[in-house]
Amino acid sequence: MQEYTITSGRNMAHIDPTLSIWGWEVPVYLYLGGLVAGVLFFSALYFIRGKADEMPTVVRVTPLLAPILLGLGLFTLFLDLEYKLHVFRFYTNIRLESPMSWGSWTLAAIFPLSLLWAAIHVGKVFPKWRWPFGWMDRMVAIAETYARPIAWSLIVYSVILGIYTGILLSAFNARPIWNTAILGPLFLASGLSTGLALNMLFSKEKNELHLLGKIDVMTIAVEVFLIIHMFMGFLASAEIHIQAAGLFLGGPFTASFWVFVVALGLLVPLLLELLELRGRIAATKIPALLVLAGGFFLRYIIVEAGQVSTWGL
Amino acid sequence: MARYGMVIDTKRCVGCADCVVACQTENNVPEGFCRDWIVEALDGEYPDLRMEIRSERCNHCENAPCVRCCPTGASQITDGGIVLVEEAECTGCKACIASCPYDARFVHPEGYVDKCTFCYHRVKEGQDPACVAVCPTKCMHFGDLEDPHSEVSKLLRSRPNHALIPEAGTKPKIFYLT
Repeated sequence: MQEYTITSGRNMAHIDPTLSIWGWEVPVYLYLGGLVAGVLFFSALYFIRGKADEMPTVVRVTPLLAPILLGLGLFTLFLDLEYKLHVFRFYTNIRLESPMSWGSWTLAAIFPLSLLWAAIHVGKVFPKWRWPFGWMDRMVAIAETYARPIAWSLIVYSVILGIYTGILLSAFNARPIWNTAILGPLFLASGLSTGLALNMLFSKEKNELHLLGKIDVMTIAVEVFLIIHMFMGFLASAEIHIQAAGLFLGGPFTASFWVFVVALGLLVPLLLELLELRGRIAATKIPALLVLAGGFFLRYIIVEAGQVSTWGL
Repeated sequence: MARYGMVIDTKRCVGCADCVVACQTENNVPEGFCRDWIVEALDGEYPDLRMEIRSERCNHCENAPCVRCCPTGASQITDGGIVLVEEAECTGCKACIASCPYDARFVHPEGYVDKCTFCYHRVKEGQDPACVAVCPTKCMHFGDLEDPHSEVSKLLRSRPNHALIPEAGTKPKIFYLT
């Protein structure tokens, strides 16, 4: 038997008895970042494939929300900083070893790109839209001539944005439950799926909804596979990872993870979407809402669990 | 180039926490926080019990995850392999806190991340860190692990010892004699 007692010092705010440095702000950002990555990825993809008229929601409508949602995410990230005046320090260095540095530079590229992308499409969605200044008209006109290169860079940056949020956590060897390479692909797949779900909420076109449903079924299947694979990896690894997996297999996060993320966030919407695609049940917005909620719970629970997960002493 | 480390004799340590108070005083650590702490680790089954008393702090790891994950370069390895945080560059993103398997870092009330500095300001002057200097049982030793003639190197050669969570791969530089 081993007993470990701290008899003097420690008992510090947000460190003891378990880490609680990241509250709701970081998971909200990770969620919105993934969601925006999904929205921009599919918008750019179908724009390049010349499907703007067939898939108006995907290509033109939801990208209008992207800069707003990403801006909100950046704001929550800012709220999380303990030394807010020093926020500019992210941009006085490029540190290739630090996923967070990659993230901050990716955001510096994708946020203005998402604004440009929205500006290109807003006039098509709202025909009465008028820019208040002449220079804005001219800028949007120039951006339109570069729409394809912008779309290509959006594809690259949205994949980086979607995957880095997972890599950010997986790079923390000190928190075994985060320390799995699956987290990057898992967060990317979840980001793509929530992006599709947001489109499903807004789309009114039957063909578009059908295609969105088909792609979402595939991304959810990939997520389920990655989650199973993640636990197989943990259970086949060293003691420290077996213990970490225990947080979700009988431990304090078991009910919340399997009910809100896996069942309600993945399996139920997967089943509903499959039945809708086969015409067995009427199409509703329920699967999209479930996917959107499940994506948030995934980030929130993983961020919480990581802070409880330690090497132990 | 020196490679500073600490060797702590758990057979001599009585857990008086003088090192904790000395550190807080020397470094003006804000109330409610500390850069070092005392652990009582109990092992075995009654009546065959073994207790190790340890003064713990930042391990000034050679493969420091806190330095690797820092997005601004505020966390850095300085002369002698001492891991420091440059307050002016810290955004308080807390990535380094998450990355530390020893939970040795905390957010200073002013917003930057704070931790043990091995009393860098004293070491530069050729003095021992405050915790080592005040220890009433003289169980703590500070010195250059690279120099085979240093007291720490000799102790590590002559006595069985262990570091904390070496399996995390961070190459910690605080050793406990057993």
